[in-house]
Amino acid sequence: MSESLDYFRQNRLPHIWCPGCGHGTVTGALTRTLAKLGIDKNNVVVVSGIGCSSRASGYLDFDTIHTAHGRAIAFATGIKLSRPDMKVIVMTGDGDCTAIGGNHFIHAARRNIDITTIVMNNSNYGMTSGQYSPMTPTGMLGTTAPYGNVERPFDLGKLAIACGATYVGRSTSYHVQLLGELLEKALLNKGFSVVEAVVGCPTYFGRKNKLGGAVDMFTWQKDHAVNVKAAAVMAPEKLEGKFLIGELYNQAAPEFTAQYDALIESVRRKFDNFQGGVRGCAQNSD
Amino acid sequence: MPEAKLMQGNEACTLGALAAGLNFFAGYPITPSTEIAELCSEELPKIGGKFIQMEDEIGSIAAIIGASLTGRKAMTATSGPGFSLMQELIGYSAISEVPIVIINVQRVGPSTGMPTSLAQGDVMQARWGTHGDHPVVVLAPGNVRECFDLTIKAFNIAEDLRVPVIVLSDETIGHMREKVVLPDYKSIKVVNRKAPATPAGYLPYKADQDGGVPLMAPFGAGYRWHVTGLSHDETGFPTNKGEVAGDLIKRLMRKVEKAEPVIRDYATESADDCDVLVVAFGSSAMSATSAVRQARAQGVKAGLFRPKTIWPFPEEPLRELAAKAKRIIVPEMNLGQLVLEIERVVAGKAPVERLSKVNCELFRPEEILKAIIGGSK
Repeated sequence: MSESLDYFRQNRLPHIWCPGCGHGTVTGALTRTLAKLGIDKNNVVVVSGIGCSSRASGYLDFDTIHTAHGRAIAFATGIKLSRPDMKVIVMTGDGDCTAIGGNHFIHAARRNIDITTIVMNNSNYGMTSGQYSPMTPTGMLGTTAPYGNVERPFDLGKLAIACGATYVGRSTSYHVQLLGELLEKALLNKGFSVVEAVVGCPTYFGRKNKLGGAVDMFTWQKDHAVNVKAAAVMAPEKLEGKFLIGELYNQAAPEFTAQYDALIESVRRKFDNFQGGVRGCAQNSD
Repeated sequence: MPEAKLMQGNEACTLGALAAGLNFFAGYPITPSTEIAELCSEELPKIGGKFIQMEDEIGSIAAIIGASLTGRKAMTATSGPGFSLMQELIGYSAISEVPIVIINVQRVGPSTGMPTSLAQGDVMQARWGTHGDHPVVVLAPGNVRECFDLTIKAFNIAEDLRVPVIVLSDETIGHMREKVVLPDYKSIKVVNRKAPATPAGYLPYKADQDGGVPLMAPFGAGYRWHVTGLSHDETGFPTNKGEVAGDLIKRLMRKVEKAEPVIRDYATESADDCDVLVVAFGSSAMSATSAVRQARAQGVKAGLFRPKTIWPFPEEPLRELAAKAKRIIVPEMNLGQLVLEIERVVAGKAPVERLSKVNCELFRPEEILKAIIGGSK
């Protein structure tokens, strides 16, 4: 415990999240995993966007950047390409990642850039008080869906896999141990890794939809999540209304920044008479 | 011995960037700026630099801010629609004080407009495109060699003041080919950002004076600092105190105001004793130069004031010249943008005449000559 606490900026605590919110649970799972892996604090960058989940970066004792809405992965792409040796982690939410940031998400997955993206899915925009998001289930209420959400939600796992992510997992703020296991594999994967953490938002999503308090929302996660291994041998009708957790995909593929570094090496071999650039720019060798 | 080369403005911008230390480029293809991305994709790997074609212009500016935070010299290049998309993160660069350079090769707008045609319609957007009060520096090259020089200057200012710097080129300057003699690279002054000495006690947004520039640590060097687009205090963490947020905005603005006399850049021709002063920038200034020379040949006392820093505008030198001139003519490829600033600076000391053109064709010198002579009679 004390080791994982060391990954927090303790003078920035307590956090701003509501009682019963799952974001703290997810952030705790991340720090415990980093501590378990013994990752050097000076070698980590945490990048976040805008929203409740994205406040996590401010509490963590790394180089951290709280970017603009939807842009965390694009900022992270610049950081990772600049410093492939550093561990780059994106902390984002369902709205930040899949609505305004959807384009960056799918292209980072396509490139298979070595970034671990943790998507805290609380089914709505909490920071702006409960509007529906691209991951709000159909029929559920939001402050901009007063008659029920008529849109269909993303299945983030399938989206990530289709776009080329090489490690994809899903857990919940109830299944904390599983979450830690998935985060560990995601952090060790050389490529674009996505871990979706289904979390409760008792203040907005829960209250609007009369789902009860924080404990009821944790209970809902427990009752509706089915591990992908168990699901494999279950009859389809038994899976109705449930969602899958566990490791959804794990398949190695060439990683973008390593590929680019290999390109640099081959280009430099080709121009082996390199003397500070063919155009004479001696001062900007890297 | 430097040799003369035939090159276009976009190429000169890229070479200038490389000479200034560019080692990270992120961009998205858009006419008429694309040659810059193409050349960067070819040249950067040779020096171990990084190039990435992002999924859009928002991603491009985000990626260069990220790269700059790790200590790289980072740039993007774009035009109208892409420049519009970048506006939010220009504000991010300004408030978080992460240096970046943006080359905006202007084209006809609004919207998709005419991608391959000339306009100078982004003057106000370059200054005020993002929301909120914010500092920004805008440089306007008037020929191909200046694309080289001013891109170097853009990097130096960005690194020195920790501000976003925009090189406001245009379709004609960007695509025009001229014979250029580049300077001896050893003579080029390159400014690097000032870094703190130790992580102990590091306050990332502590400025030692009003309008001061805080020291910037690169990510990955053990400082473990926090960057945000929220209003923040000296620690870099968000604040809800109105007073602190206001002081931050004032310091950011003062940074550039204080530096104005140092970064100020302009050229004049026959301006000391002129009756008619033409004020022009970018490609319009090429036509204006020719017009002024023709007017002189005809015995009309015409002169030229050509700002290269257009934001902040070089007020003082123009005000001095305006006090002596009988008329001021402002030709620009828009319906009147820089002229608003000139009217403010001149403040009635001389009548300011607008010469606007938005038919996508560069001014013919005769058009400006006609305005010079026509009004003199």
